[in-house]
Amino acid sequence: MYPIILVRYGELSLKGRNRKFFEDLLLKNIRSSLDGIPHGRIGKTFGRVYIRTESNWEQISRRLQRVFGIVSVSPVLKKELDLEQIKKGAIQVIQGQEAQTFKVETRRPYKGFPLISPEINSALGAHILNACPQLRVDVHKPDLVLNVEIRREGAFLYSRVIPCLGGLPAGSSGKGLLLLSGGIDSPVAAFLSMKRGVNVEGLHFHSYPFTSERSKEKVIELARQLSPYNTEGVFRLWIASFTEIQRALQQNRYPSLSITLMRRFMMRIGAALAAKEQSYALITGDSLGQVASQTMESIYVINAVTTTPVYRPLIGLDKQEIIDLAVQIGTYETSILPYEDCCTVFIPKNPATRPTLEQVFQAERELDVEGLVQESLAGIEVFELGKK
Amino acid sequence: MQNEIYLDNSATTAVAEEVVQAMEPYWSIQYGNPSSPHLRGIAAEKTMQSCRRQLAELLEADPSELYFTSSGTEANNLALQGIARIPFLARNPGHIITTPLEHPSVLNVLKYLETLGWEISFLTVGSRGEIDPQEMKTLFRNETKLVSIMFVNNEIGTIAPIQELAELIQAENKDRHQKILFHVDAVQALGYIPLSLQSLGVDLMTFSGHKIFGPKGAGLLYQRGKNRLKPLLFGGNQEKGLRPGTENIPAIVGFTKAAQLVTENREANVKHLQQLRRQLLEGIKDIKDYSIHNHPNGAPHILNMSFKGVRGEVLVHFLEQKRIFVAMGAACSSRRRGMSHVLEGIGLPADEILGAIRISLSPELTPNQIHYVIYSLKETVEEIRNIYM
Repeated sequence: MYPIILVRYGELSLKGRNRKFFEDLLLKNIRSSLDGIPHGRIGKTFGRVYIRTESNWEQISRRLQRVFGIVSVSPVLKKELDLEQIKKGAIQVIQGQEAQTFKVETRRPYKGFPLISPEINSALGAHILNACPQLRVDVHKPDLVLNVEIRREGAFLYSRVIPCLGGLPAGSSGKGLLLLSGGIDSPVAAFLSMKRGVNVEGLHFHSYPFTSERSKEKVIELARQLSPYNTEGVFRLWIASFTEIQRALQQNRYPSLSITLMRRFMMRIGAALAAKEQSYALITGDSLGQVASQTMESIYVINAVTTTPVYRPLIGLDKQEIIDLAVQIGTYETSILPYEDCCTVFIPKNPATRPTLEQVFQAERELDVEGLVQESLAGIEVFELGKK
Repeated sequence: MQNEIYLDNSATTAVAEEVVQAMEPYWSIQYGNPSSPHLRGIAAEKTMQSCRRQLAELLEADPSELYFTSSGTEANNLALQGIARIPFLARNPGHIITTPLEHPSVLNVLKYLETLGWEISFLTVGSRGEIDPQEMKTLFRNETKLVSIMFVNNEIGTIAPIQELAELIQAENKDRHQKILFHVDAVQALGYIPLSLQSLGVDLMTFSGHKIFGPKGAGLLYQRGKNRLKPLLFGGNQEKGLRPGTENIPAIVGFTKAAQLVTENREANVKHLQQLRRQLLEGIKDIKDYSIHNHPNGAPHILNMSFKGVRGEVLVHFLEQKRIFVAMGAACSSRRRGMSHVLEGIGLPADEILGAIRISLSPELTPNQIHYVIYSLKETVEEIRNIYM
């Protein structure tokens, strides 16, 4: 029914001289998100994007709802420049929408049309009141706004505004490396970073045979689910073996520190990989106080191994807020599959919640830290998930 | 493949070569639908009849008492839900006696029947899964309609005294207008225990193809006498309308062949399995701090054990690196929901449940392979203990 989709991108238009860069990138991402489904011309005018549909506006709008940078989309009806046709269109557009009050807003860039905007407003308003007796006019806070644009090519009508993800276009920032565990939180941290334009790559630590092949499959699946949101629709996943480090840590004399030490190893390996791959940040799913390794003291001690910035987009979120986001992204169901990751197999009975640097320095003096880090890096595997 | 030692035969089995051969013509040569009126259909119908006859002979039942299903799970569902759907019982839900160690395809159906108004009583079980038939008598009520008890437990191999239970139920039924029906899940019994359905006095019995070196997608429900159950699916008149749907002839042929092989070779197989089992039990005595969770007189093919301080899941993955495939006693260790209801049911402490592995043997295994398994178990348990302690 709707031959056109109108795409709005609010924040981008504020970006001064960078505006063209952001707009071009968004346009490229929109094109790429529509790969494989039919659509017509994609054009840009006055800070908006128009997409011609092939009577598949719902399919197209679902794809656009995964593209960062888009604030909202509206399906648009096109009618001939004839008042009776426009009236018909007005009813079509507002039909089936839940509303008690409405108003009509007309713009008339094409001055050749005989009626001026206020005349069109009242003609359409009267027609709607007649056809839909349950509706009232409210010009201040209407439930529904019928937008009409009179252009040389025809009259364009829309009222539905479908909210989208907002944020910045994928790939508009730089590269960041996410520590991806397979739990609920890290995919959400990836999503929120992608929302600000970060091209996210993942690093997962695998402790086979302490953990199963399935836990690796699970993380690969999570990476695949994240890929549509990421730059170019691709998510690159690094998998490093953590087995030798686990062995070393199990023989360490400080069992209560093992989680802290484990995290410090992960950070070191992550920072080394980030440097090699030109990532500007590490990203983690830490939420303050959630578990022993996420107390302020633990984060302090864990963070101390690197000067690479560490982004923690979930730091202020409650578990339920994180879960809601995971459900929205579509990673929740996979995240709760009961396969172990290397953190769950080795949880000590009483993990330290307030470790200190002195304690970890002492514990690490007995370990070949550099050797273990290099060994893990040397055996790293890489997967590219998503569009290819 | 050749160096692989598969010790998870209670989960599923490799299809026997003879079974594969027996099924071969039924994919694209004899592919007919038994309901078709032409020769292709009639040939298929004849095949079905002959399979049913052969199975009836093996199980000492009447061919008319056998109903093919798609799985053991479906046969269990058909038996239990099929009773609950009998119009009188649907209006007047009754009482069912069972044990806490049944397969999920029984326990979860009973849980559902509870929501329809049925009441469920559980027999108490001993530390090796054994039950006391006399206790069942104390649970009988006027409204008792059904007893459902598995023949051989799939996790610990305990054999239930089915004959004795059947006799007690028959004695109880003498003065009853509404008879108590006896359903037995025999999925893990076929091929290991002699089954003469005529003399056993069981009303309903469940079998599955893929646990006996037959194909997946083949199950069987035995129902004594004429059909009283109501179907779960409605459709054509296949299986007397109790289980409509075009018959899965290749699976039925494979199932029949497999049942024939395990029944014919039962005595030799059991003897061989007992030897392997003894060898294994003897061999692991060298490993410190282990415990065996099986009943000493249980089924010959199932062993369930833990090694102190070693988590079942970790042991499974270490052994798989040596191409030895065993099952976990509990599905997953970190989440409570993965705890085995059977091991919990027999009162095993949590750390032994988390440490449990199940070894289920097949007659194809050789003493040499078991020797390698013992050696690997020793080495692996030691290795894991060194890491964790």
